[in-house]
Amino acid sequence: MSEKKQGKIVKVAGPVVVADGMTGARMYDVVRVGNLNLIGEVVELKGDTASIQVYEETTGMGPGEPVVDTEAPLSVELGPGLIESIYDGIQRPLDDLVGLEGEFMSRGSDMPGLNREKKWRFKPTVADGTEVGPGDIIGEVQETSLLLHKIMIPPGVAGKIRNIAEGDFTVTDTVALCVGPDGAETPVQLMQKCPVRSPRDIRKRFAPNRVLITGQRVVDTFFPITKGGTACVPGPFGTGKTVVQHQLAKWVDADVVVYVGCGERGNEMTDVLTEFPELKDPRSGEPLMRRSVLIANTSNMPVAAREASVYTGITIAEYFRDMGYTVALMADSTSRWAEAMREISTRLEEMPAEEGYPAYLAARIAAFYERAGRVECLGSPEREGGLSIIGAVSPPGGDLSDSVVQATLHVVKVFWSLKGELAYQRHFPAIDWLTSYSFYKQYLKGCFEDKQRGQQMEAMTVEAMGLLEQEAELLEIVRLVGAEALSPEDRLALETSRSIREDFLHQNAFHNVDTYTSMEKQFEMLKMVLHFHKQSLAAIAAGVETAEIFKLAVREDIARAKYIPEEEIEKIIKIRDTIDQQLKELQGSAVS
Amino acid sequence: MPSIKEYQTVTNIQGPLMLVEMVDEAKYGHIVDIELGDGSMRHGQILQVENDKVLVQVFEGTRGIDVERTTARFLAKPLELAVSPDILGRVFTGLGEPKDDGPALIPDKRIDINGQPINPYARDYPNEFIQTGISTIDGLNPLVRGQKLPIFSGAGLPHDDLTAQFARQATVRGKGEAFAVVFAAMGITFEAAQFFIDDLHNTGAIERAVMFVNLANDPAIERIATPRFALTAAEYLAFDLDMHVLVILNDMTNYCEALREISAARKEVPGRRGYPGYLYTDLATIYERAGRIKGKKGSITMAPVLTMPEDDKTHPVPDLTGYITEGQIILSRSLHRKGVSPPVDVLPSLSRLKDKGIGEGKTREDHADLYNQLYAAYARGKECQELAAIMGEAALSDEDKKYMKFANAFEDRYIGQDYYENRTVEQTLDLGWELLSMFENVELKRIDVKLIEKYMPRFRSAKSGNPKSE
Repeated sequence: MSEKKQGKIVKVAGPVVVADGMTGARMYDVVRVGNLNLIGEVVELKGDTASIQVYEETTGMGPGEPVVDTEAPLSVELGPGLIESIYDGIQRPLDDLVGLEGEFMSRGSDMPGLNREKKWRFKPTVADGTEVGPGDIIGEVQETSLLLHKIMIPPGVAGKIRNIAEGDFTVTDTVALCVGPDGAETPVQLMQKCPVRSPRDIRKRFAPNRVLITGQRVVDTFFPITKGGTACVPGPFGTGKTVVQHQLAKWVDADVVVYVGCGERGNEMTDVLTEFPELKDPRSGEPLMRRSVLIANTSNMPVAAREASVYTGITIAEYFRDMGYTVALMADSTSRWAEAMREISTRLEEMPAEEGYPAYLAARIAAFYERAGRVECLGSPEREGGLSIIGAVSPPGGDLSDSVVQATLHVVKVFWSLKGELAYQRHFPAIDWLTSYSFYKQYLKGCFEDKQRGQQMEAMTVEAMGLLEQEAELLEIVRLVGAEALSPEDRLALETSRSIREDFLHQNAFHNVDTYTSMEKQFEMLKMVLHFHKQSLAAIAAGVETAEIFKLAVREDIARAKYIPEEEIEKIIKIRDTIDQQLKELQGSAVS
Repeated sequence: MPSIKEYQTVTNIQGPLMLVEMVDEAKYGHIVDIELGDGSMRHGQILQVENDKVLVQVFEGTRGIDVERTTARFLAKPLELAVSPDILGRVFTGLGEPKDDGPALIPDKRIDINGQPINPYARDYPNEFIQTGISTIDGLNPLVRGQKLPIFSGAGLPHDDLTAQFARQATVRGKGEAFAVVFAAMGITFEAAQFFIDDLHNTGAIERAVMFVNLANDPAIERIATPRFALTAAEYLAFDLDMHVLVILNDMTNYCEALREISAARKEVPGRRGYPGYLYTDLATIYERAGRIKGKKGSITMAPVLTMPEDDKTHPVPDLTGYITEGQIILSRSLHRKGVSPPVDVLPSLSRLKDKGIGEGKTREDHADLYNQLYAAYARGKECQELAAIMGEAALSDEDKKYMKFANAFEDRYIGQDYYENRTVEQTLDLGWELLSMFENVELKRIDVKLIEKYMPRFRSAKSGNPKSE
């Protein structure tokens, strides 16, 4: 055993500590700092002096205290036990820490990310003698009722499998041996370690082409995201970024959801923790928690760990993607991550770019989103996985010219712009239909088995969006000359757009039916609203007064259609008949 | 314990900062006693240690400190607050020293004022409704125990009256549990602080209050420590003594300015408007100390007050606060001018935790639908008010006129309320229904039909009875 390299602290300034005597230390090596044994990471080297970002509060630390190099980069533990866990930014299990240290976070605690005692039932999928390489699946563990955990050969290991057997194992037990061509035996465990700052290997990347259904009408119908796609949600405070993120985490059509609470509120994480076990997955009926991994580095927890939290999250997400699953990662909020970078950068006395952010901000953000994608996974059997990233951005004062927003918009393909005015009217989700965009719109029709239906949906979204744009123009006119100046057709257009906004786009996240809408129901709802528009136009042509049309009783049915449960979807279809009938009656009375 | 060493090696003094050299053993964040040549004492905290050089921020300012005769004593501990149940009813300085004529405190223990973050897993979700008796809060932005809900105000707006009403009336209904008020004054005037203290005296609440007072003419740098002292006292009362604590921090803008002063003196790269880049993180370490903990009886509810320079909500202090706190109550100058009090600007105000604290069994089943509808109707009404201001009332359609009438009545009766009027939540809800009764059922899209039939006055009188009797 070689002596561990040991340096000495010379400077302490907030989360950055400088140590000398660090010869041989490499960039991004993890070090243990001071008498309290805090975890840190080398971020700058000058000769044998290293600057270290420390993942915990440094109060009470001073020059002369030791610094020990662990000679390994910041890594996470990957294996059964990840699902249903809640971690801090450097993968310490928060639930177990409460048992160990109490309700407040203390410093220097050391706890492995995966439980070492728990035994998992391992079922091999390959036999002894199989030639394997990195990424090959050798067996499975039923981790939760929603997730079959595939055990893969870790990077850098290849050879023939020996001594593989079904049984109950802890994550560190040897489940098989991998005998290399030189006869060297590598034990294979349920767990592998993986550095967080570089992407995991894949075989090939494809362009994402399938819509990730979220059950949120404004998202799915107008601004869809794909399996493997990237989206961002910027908006000033109070516009519902977090509610959007929570809604997606709850209802998204993914196999695994990784939720990173990065520098946000503690109570929000508690909300997720109390709500997810209660909520049922609409497809399987199982609690949503059974497919979720949570990472909570709240705003008052150390900034350096906040910087690491998004990497911890994405590495875990990539690991599940490599099993051939569809994974969605929500990062709330990437602005806090950028601020953590800025704080560390300031302490390192680096030359700042815009708003004090480091010059490498845009590059880091781009590299992070680029870890999303639809891929062919490494190893056999052949499989395809997808990783979507949805990042919230919190620009100061809601100003979209903010560096973090701009750097994000350069790379993401979907932009859900949250608007303060909509939030003030309690129009939620407050996604502004005029400024938001999605580059994945063309895949919407693929959500329907029936091709015709898909094409019809596409045509309807174009029509509805046209009406909303027309509304914006008409409102300008109304503001100038008053509503009286509008033609009956224009008045109808205004009324229909209002209906699209209030009866379709507005969605109540806290209503047990309205919180999730299937693609079929979205189709029927939109069809109903546009049907009313079309039939009313005909009625106007036949001489019916617009005021009469607006007073029809069926309009209340339209408004309440969103609360009709999925099972009773034919009730929405029937509303179309009611529309026809009531309009016909009006026309009858108008003629006579 | 290392022995305390004294140093007479002060070399540099600049703004609120002092550099001491040739120091043997100093730790980041620890406190320093500074003795001036004339024997008077100051207090400081270590901001940075580099080899044997120590940078100290002096809470009371550096006026009168010299490099020759000043002695620095490094106490090997962070800033601490001495606590015991006797702190209730006492007044302290911004640095946690007793300020009143009360007896000396015999501390049960000393607590590091920086605290430790609550493990998110140990938090209990805030869901107990607090009735404040103020309609705009109870009806539209309900507050729950463990929430942090700031008041965004401006110079000349009556936030003092509102916070006093808050402290006077806030209760959890049907429960006679121990509660306390912790008040931290940061750079506010003697008048403002005294108004609050007098109000506590008049209601007898002073016995259950702890005050930390740093007035406008007290040292500015001290303000950095003041909220932390207050929150340490609050944590002690809440989690050691099982009390429900309401913390009022007034005024956070002054706190942020003190922080900016330190940052500027350290020549740090400034963020927006000269505030340091770590302002968000720093504020979070204050605000996030509110909350509830699983298995503990007590709770900390926080109502920070801040004044927005030029009523600008995008100024860094309100902006970053809004990103951390669970909503905000915004005061409006135009309502104040109209004579509406308290002038709560309803539309941009928000309570993020409302949905968990209301509804059947907590307030009433119709609460959520009702406030959604009131918001929507008032938002539309306000648009009509603006339209009428531009083009004259005559240009409005009949429908728009109705909404405008609603908005006026809403401002007058629902928002407007005396500072000593304590409305129950039922009174607030019924008032909402009464105002909505000027609309047809079809227009009340956000309310469940069943609820309309049950609570709308026109249906209630028809059925001649209390809706709860069925």
